[in-house]
Amino acid sequence: MSLDKDTVRRIAMLARIKVPEADLETMAGELNNILGWIEQLDEVDTDGVEPMTSVSDFRPELRADVVNDGGDAERALANAPENANGFFVVPKVID
Amino acid sequence: MSKLLKGRTGDWEIVIGLEIHAQSITKAKLFSGASTAFGAEPNTQVSLVDAAMPGMLPVLNEESVRQAVRSGLALNSKINLHSVFARKNYFYPDLPQGYQISQFESPIVGEGELEIDLADGEVVTVGIERLHLEQDAGKSLHDQHPTKTYIDLNRSGITLMEIVSKPDMRSSEEAVEYATKVRSILRYIDTCDGNMQEGSLRCDANVSVRRPGEALGTRCEIKNLNSFRYLRQAIDHEAVRQVEILEDGGKIAQETRLYDTAKGETRSMRSKEEAHDYRYFPDPDLLPIDLSEEFVARMKATLPELPDARKERFVTAYALSPYDASVLVSERDTADYFETVAAGRDSKLAANWVISDLFGRLNKLTIPVSASPVSAEALGELIDLISDQTISGRIAKDVFSEMFESGEGAKAIVEKKGLRQVTDEGAIRGQVQSVIDDNPDKVADYRGGNDKLVGWFMGQVMKASQGKANPGMVNKLLREMLSA
Amino acid sequence: MKLTELTIAAARDGLAAGEFTSVELTAANLSAMENTRDLNAFVCETAEKAQDMAAASDVRRARGADLGAMEGIPIAVKDLFCTEGVRATACSHILDGFTPPYESTVTTNLWDAGAVMLGKTNMDEFAMGSSNMSSYDGPVTNPWRAGDDGAKLVPGGSSGGSAAAVAARMAMGATGTDTGGSIRQPGAFCGVVGMKPTYGRCSRWGVIAFASSLDQAGPLTRTVQDAAIMLGAMAGHDPKDSTSVNESVPDFEAALTGDIKGLRVGVPKEYVVDGMPGEIGELWRRGVDWLKDAGAQIVDISLPHTKYALPAYYIIAPAEASSNLARYDGVRYGLRVEGDSLQDMYANTRSEGFGAEVKRRLMIGAYVLSAGYYDAYYLKAQKVRARIAQDFHDAWETVDVVLTPTAPSAAFAQGEKMDDPIAMYLNDVFTVPASLAGLPAISVPAGLSSDGLPLGLQIIGRPFDEETMFRVAGVMEREAAFTAHPMTGEA
Repeated sequence: MSLDKDTVRRIAMLARIKVPEADLETMAGELNNILGWIEQLDEVDTDGVEPMTSVSDFRPELRADVVNDGGDAERALANAPENANGFFVVPKVID
Repeated sequence: MSKLLKGRTGDWEIVIGLEIHAQSITKAKLFSGASTAFGAEPNTQVSLVDAAMPGMLPVLNEESVRQAVRSGLALNSKINLHSVFARKNYFYPDLPQGYQISQFESPIVGEGELEIDLADGEVVTVGIERLHLEQDAGKSLHDQHPTKTYIDLNRSGITLMEIVSKPDMRSSEEAVEYATKVRSILRYIDTCDGNMQEGSLRCDANVSVRRPGEALGTRCEIKNLNSFRYLRQAIDHEAVRQVEILEDGGKIAQETRLYDTAKGETRSMRSKEEAHDYRYFPDPDLLPIDLSEEFVARMKATLPELPDARKERFVTAYALSPYDASVLVSERDTADYFETVAAGRDSKLAANWVISDLFGRLNKLTIPVSASPVSAEALGELIDLISDQTISGRIAKDVFSEMFESGEGAKAIVEKKGLRQVTDEGAIRGQVQSVIDDNPDKVADYRGGNDKLVGWFMGQVMKASQGKANPGMVNKLLREMLSA
Repeated sequence: MKLTELTIAAARDGLAAGEFTSVELTAANLSAMENTRDLNAFVCETAEKAQDMAAASDVRRARGADLGAMEGIPIAVKDLFCTEGVRATACSHILDGFTPPYESTVTTNLWDAGAVMLGKTNMDEFAMGSSNMSSYDGPVTNPWRAGDDGAKLVPGGSSGGSAAAVAARMAMGATGTDTGGSIRQPGAFCGVVGMKPTYGRCSRWGVIAFASSLDQAGPLTRTVQDAAIMLGAMAGHDPKDSTSVNESVPDFEAALTGDIKGLRVGVPKEYVVDGMPGEIGELWRRGVDWLKDAGAQIVDISLPHTKYALPAYYIIAPAEASSNLARYDGVRYGLRVEGDSLQDMYANTRSEGFGAEVKRRLMIGAYVLSAGYYDAYYLKAQKVRARIAQDFHDAWETVDVVLTPTAPSAAFAQGEKMDDPIAMYLNDVFTVPASLAGLPAISVPAGLSSDGLPLGLQIIGRPFDEETMFRVAGVMEREAAFTAHPMTGEA
């Protein structure tokens, strides 16, 4: 599988990262280089192998349904680049 | 009743599937200890986890699991003993993590089915595809500032149960009945309050049309319908829109649409859709949920009698019509109210009073039965007064009005206003006699063969007694004395 | 002996004997930090806080209060840990100015055990790197040089600042985090002990996430005993981290009996890469001999999927990272670069806020999870991961620990391998397999390269059997008798 410029543009959009048009080719090359190296995984026979999502084989205690957090808007907003009237503020969203 | 849509070129069948987002009744959020109470000041119910601060981790609320399992059981669906949380990745300012924790390949509840009753008596079975747990997003306010959007994360992280149906519905009526039934069941078992105005229950509708018997058409998803009225309207409008396109030789584009309640039409949200590739993958911060059979059995034991079972019991135990029974069981409070009224009393009389008189009043004022000014016990007292002939049914209506207005008890009103029925035959005989004496023409007419006049005499006597005379006795005496 | 030369264990004894106070010990380290600022190991010095904490420790001691395992010991904290009221930026521009209103569980545990915070250490941005070159705060210089006029070397990464600070005697120990080798490899490059516990042993709560299924905190110290002491203070069950295991923390220090007679040490034939200097293989063989001489039984084993660990890791870690780092959007904290629209603001913020390596991994991560590629990349990698874990599982049938080199080379020059991501990734070829399997592993300084640079050997243990791993590491340390010093040049 090889990435073309359109794919790079698409995944850059998915990741919300700007890749200037002029850099798309270079970026595609770089990523293809890495993906090409990764593709040696195809050599591994994984028929019937369950994918491993976690090394943890225990099941954790769950949280009791108790309100013991929140209640402090200032704390939530303390590091916000922009806030007003208790809200986080962003440029207007246009649907 | 035909559910087919008549087009210019023939009949079309509407195919509908629903996704219901039901907010779970829990005190704290799905993965944090922040409160879920409605209507708080912005961002006051936001933990560091909900705000997705760096290094924060989700910990699953055990109540959310219990509520999902109870809901699955009540919806006649299979509980999956093993389920997995997955991340649904997309950027939106009211989605702080940049992903929604949801369930994708392995939901906590699998397939099931519900039967719904239509107004014409038809029973339709709707398949349930799954129920999964997920986090709600925050709220974006676009009307606070000309160039800014304001974000409130109070709702961010609240537990939602997404209940996905199979595309088994064929009319907006079926869709509304199905959604109503789901809502009713969740309210019965206290897993969702069903409050659509507060957003506790929202529907997305997948709508497509096809020629009867043909393969499924391309569907559109209509998002965020927050009332059953909008659900019905949106489906009807969308079906017509699709038929028009197809009949004009066009093609339906699979897309997400928004119902514009002001204009009464759906419009495309395609601009947003194109960008989406959710890149689901198992959430490495959370381990899978593994339930025991024993746990599921324990949850099952917590379920109250559900609407279907209760309806059946009402029909057999109280000799109600299926229709009356279904009206009474639609809400747990209503059914409870009815059972209190009916206990030890004439159940049909009780049902009539609850359905016609009480509901009539409550619905007009949009008061829930739980807030009724006439309690079940009070209504029972009124019915007792009718049954023991203290008052007539006619007077009872007035007493009920008075009870509804003042909150006073039936007996007290009857006593205070002297509404006790007159059953003294001598007194009634006297009133009948004066009416006969005052109306010789009518008497002659009656005796000449105009039987219908008995009703008129009845009215006169009742009027003279201010409605208090026992109607049976009046009737009996009138016939006797007029024939004499 | 200078106070900064003491081990944690020796300092603990000295403090207990009243030979010096924590205030003095802390002052010595603070002054070492000042004198060695050119290494750029620290990105934030918290001298005042350190003095206050040291004074408080001395008061506790004077009062005869219950003393913690790290009582009065000054340590450094990797900038990946959230520290209340002290910057935590993961050395990324995108977290500019972020001051958490909360303290990570691991650092809370350390302060509860009496430790003193000296400051925050430099690291590769978001822990993505093996050279510390990707830090927004600039590179760290390894205190070791290849000869007197040698070029500036990297300390390894991503916990490069922590490793350099411990090696250069600026801190008695430091916290690190290890996702694919980020404690062990810089430990080896800087000639210090770097230890990654079993996944689930240390809480991840309050540690800025890179790859959630792999990230683990661990100590960097100058001796194995110090690592055992410090890990004991860091570890423990945390209900706020669902992947934190509910097991009691053993007395790791007590496991250092010095006796490994009869223990079975596995030597996997696959831990060899093309172009690996012969001296690494030689050191490994020496390590085998040391353990054998100490009474261990050497078992040749095979971990057949070893070579696939690195490519699998470079799918799994970027995939998780691409999702974990989605929260850096300029809305709630950190950098915001304005734009014409919301989407513009997102893209501007993230493009300026993330460095080249982070962006590269975010792109790979988004790609391997995207529609149509998930099965071929992400799912495949998870299956390979299962294979690798099974290799180890099988090995535990016949061995108690596994011995390998830590890294395929000694520290390299700053700027080297920068234009070749894969060459850079290969630094972690020997450390990544244990990460994917969630196993405890430790790098012990075991010798010098021909250029006079430290080299490490790695001991991998069974899940939650850090004790056996420490026991073997202790013997290895004794046998290797590594006494070389980067600052004095004494060997």
